[in-house]
Amino acid sequence: MTNNEVLLAIEDLTVSFDGFKAVDALNLYVNKHELRAVIGPNGAGKTTVLDLICGRTKATAGKIQFKEKDLTKLSEHQIVHLGVGRKFQTPSIYGNLTVFENLEISFPRGRTVLGSLVFRRTQDIFDRVREVAKEIFLDEFLSLEAELLSHGQKQWLEIGMLLIQEPELMMLDEPVAGMSVRERERTAELLGRICRNRSVIVIEHDMEFVKSIAHKVTVMHQGKILAEGTMESVQANEKVIEVYLGH
Amino acid sequence: MGGYTVGELGAIFVMQGFSGLSLFCVYLLMALGLAIIFGQMGVINMAHGEFLTMGAYATVFTSKLAVDHFPALVGVYFPFAIVLGFLIAFGMGYLLEVLLIRHLYKRPLDTLLATWGVSLVLQQVFRSAFGAREVSATLPAWLLGSVKPTESIDIPLNGLFMMGLTLVLSLLVFIFLFRSRWGLKVRATTQNRVMSGGVGINTHKVDRLTFAVGCGIAGVAGAVFTTIASTGPTTGSLYIVDTFLVVVFGGAASLIGTVASAFSIAQAQSVMEFFLTSSMAKVLTLLAVITVIMARPEGLFSIRVRK
Amino acid sequence: MEEVRLKDKSWLYGLLVLSALIFLVMPLTFDIFRLNLVGKYLTYAFVAVGLVLCWGQGGILSLGQGVFFGLGGYCMAMFLKLEASDPKSTAIQSTPGIPDFMDWNQLTKLPWFWEPFHSFTFTVFAVILVPSLFAFIIGVAMFKRRVGGVYFAIITQAVAAILTILIVGRQGLTGGINGITDLKTLHGWDVRTNHAKYILYFVNGGFLVASLLVSRYVTSSKLGRLLLAMRDKEERVRFSGYDVSNFKVFVFCLAAGISAVGGAVFTLQVGFMSPSFVGIVPSVEMVIFTAVGGRMSLLGAVYGTLLVNFGKTYFSESYPALWLLLMGGLFISVVMFFPNGLAGLYDRHLKKRMPLETRP
Repeated sequence: MTNNEVLLAIEDLTVSFDGFKAVDALNLYVNKHELRAVIGPNGAGKTTVLDLICGRTKATAGKIQFKEKDLTKLSEHQIVHLGVGRKFQTPSIYGNLTVFENLEISFPRGRTVLGSLVFRRTQDIFDRVREVAKEIFLDEFLSLEAELLSHGQKQWLEIGMLLIQEPELMMLDEPVAGMSVRERERTAELLGRICRNRSVIVIEHDMEFVKSIAHKVTVMHQGKILAEGTMESVQANEKVIEVYLGH
Repeated sequence: MGGYTVGELGAIFVMQGFSGLSLFCVYLLMALGLAIIFGQMGVINMAHGEFLTMGAYATVFTSKLAVDHFPALVGVYFPFAIVLGFLIAFGMGYLLEVLLIRHLYKRPLDTLLATWGVSLVLQQVFRSAFGAREVSATLPAWLLGSVKPTESIDIPLNGLFMMGLTLVLSLLVFIFLFRSRWGLKVRATTQNRVMSGGVGINTHKVDRLTFAVGCGIAGVAGAVFTTIASTGPTTGSLYIVDTFLVVVFGGAASLIGTVASAFSIAQAQSVMEFFLTSSMAKVLTLLAVITVIMARPEGLFSIRVRK
Repeated sequence: MEEVRLKDKSWLYGLLVLSALIFLVMPLTFDIFRLNLVGKYLTYAFVAVGLVLCWGQGGILSLGQGVFFGLGGYCMAMFLKLEASDPKSTAIQSTPGIPDFMDWNQLTKLPWFWEPFHSFTFTVFAVILVPSLFAFIIGVAMFKRRVGGVYFAIITQAVAAILTILIVGRQGLTGGINGITDLKTLHGWDVRTNHAKYILYFVNGGFLVASLLVSRYVTSSKLGRLLLAMRDKEERVRFSGYDVSNFKVFVFCLAAGISAVGGAVFTLQVGFMSPSFVGIVPSVEMVIFTAVGGRMSLLGAVYGTLLVNFGKTYFSESYPALWLLLMGGLFISVVMFFPNGLAGLYDRHLKKRMPLETRP
């Protein structure tokens, strides 16, 4: 299940906003084909870590090693080209384009100005879009305007838009927020499927969901790592209980 | 530089500096009004210059009234004119917000275009009502003349008076925004509209008031303006681009930044005007400002926040 | 399998209708004087078409397109002026062989940057390249630093103001506030005769149709879809692996190049170029042409330009004061009541099903 090669190595990562350290000398390692859940109270810095990895926020110190490159030195689209995909907390899809077009835009071809001018919708693109749409349960909705999807379906679409890029590291920020129980089950199954070929980092608050999918859990608090391990060990950890799980 | 002695250069800088003060006052008052509107509310008002013109015309006509009908009051009409300028601009700003601006809050580019249209309409109204030629106010005697601290330095009195007035007004704005209850409501609304509404603040009323106050300050700028130049229908539109640059240069969210920015831009232009033609001075100033904005788009005085 | 159609049928029909209007109806209905006016309006339409690309599709509001229109026009004017200032016709000047306004300003030699404009080939390249290069510099400086939206619009105004001041101030080099006038011949062909004006009108129309086709190719390509996506969700596009600033720079330069061609054709058709087309006021006016026609519609932009300009000519003659009020009112009403212009109204009420590319 887990290949012991490290895919993502975060070392001494710090970012401060006007004196406030949102992330404080963080060390985090993610292996290949691992599904890591990151949990913690609000304001712990979880989303900021994802922002730092994908380049949305610039770090003040530290480095992020991914495939022999330091991500802190690259721009957002370069990081995407390397193989990192990021899903946002609120579904970020192109509302006025169809499901098909949403997936098509995310297909990794014609990414330069010239490339996009001469881009043609060839058969292999059609096939690949249909394939991904099937995985995210949206193969019946390809010509529907994305704005009209349900909240849960929008989340799936965004996941699909990442999948079609074939990333080696996928980062999902609260993928099941606002989903029904049935939708959560399907999402858990989807995530289980996709992490066979890649690593996934998931930020979530739903403990049952995390338990059902995570290989390893990292608990964050005030910009630092509080505890790390399997869900059981983390739930039994005294510090974690005090800070986060209530009592 | 052209054979001036050091002493003469010093005197030139001081004098240009003071002549730059009047420009600084106009810039600052315009920019304060705009910073409140744009910086705090994110609304672009391309008609802001026309509120300056409104205040200026109000002053000119008060002056005419005094000169023609109440000659004894010529010495004291000016403060009335300032208040009148504020009130007229405030009222028109309030009206504008109610009729137009409040429909366009989420659409900044559209607000820009719509208020440009308002600016055209207002300019035409001024032209039709007051004629296309420029008119001036008769300055009261105590504003004329100058002070001579040394042989070669000549400081105009109206410049000093305007400086004082601007400082007082800036202080009032500061107190209004940061020390009064209304100011608290304004800042709360602009930072988190939904929550402010949730705790019972009437956000629509706050918006209306803020916008109107911003316009009112431009009206005062107009009154100040009459002491340094004459007024025509398009006077205000000459300052609008400069004013926006001043606001953006200083950091739209920071009032101190606005003051510093207005000061440096006015002074830079004024000093350069002595050595170059006034148009080249303008070009260089604009270029410098644009370069700074490109190097630091958030302005000179702004804090780093999580996006 | 749905192919992406380069030109979907209904748009082509629309282009055909517009072409018929330009090449048949107008020349048959109007005398040469009015036709020349129409030709002038059509050159403004180039700018409006460019704005559909960068503003409608790309969300980049430029309030300084007059800069590019003017630069293209000035390049062409410089060539024509040099041709009209040969030593024989300028024999009475103190320095024959240079343009009259330079002589009036006591210049004795042609400034260095005028020299290359003796060549028509150079001029043709300059018309497109100089404004595009200028747009490239502005675009890279702004978009790479993520300056956009309102800030960008204000800065384009500042640029327009700067260029106007520079042109007006440097009378000896540029003809100052009057611009470059008294243009006579293009390669010996007198452009002032009625016959020439007819031909120029058709050339004008031809270039406009070509620009429309190029623009249509762009808007219906993947790049066009990307621009729409970027306009609404720039960040998501970035995280799908696109360097957003490159696309913005591209569309801005394309809009600049098209506007510049319009400027050059204007100079040929109308016979002069002056800074009155470069500044803030004319640039913002060009935006209203696009806004009225429909910022999302290439064909609409042309109709909008024609309509607003016809209105302007009519009202300026009879009721000048009313015109400014009307124009101000136009700005307000377009924004408040019909943001997609006439094309939007047409689509909503008259057309049956909208092709995806024109959806706002």
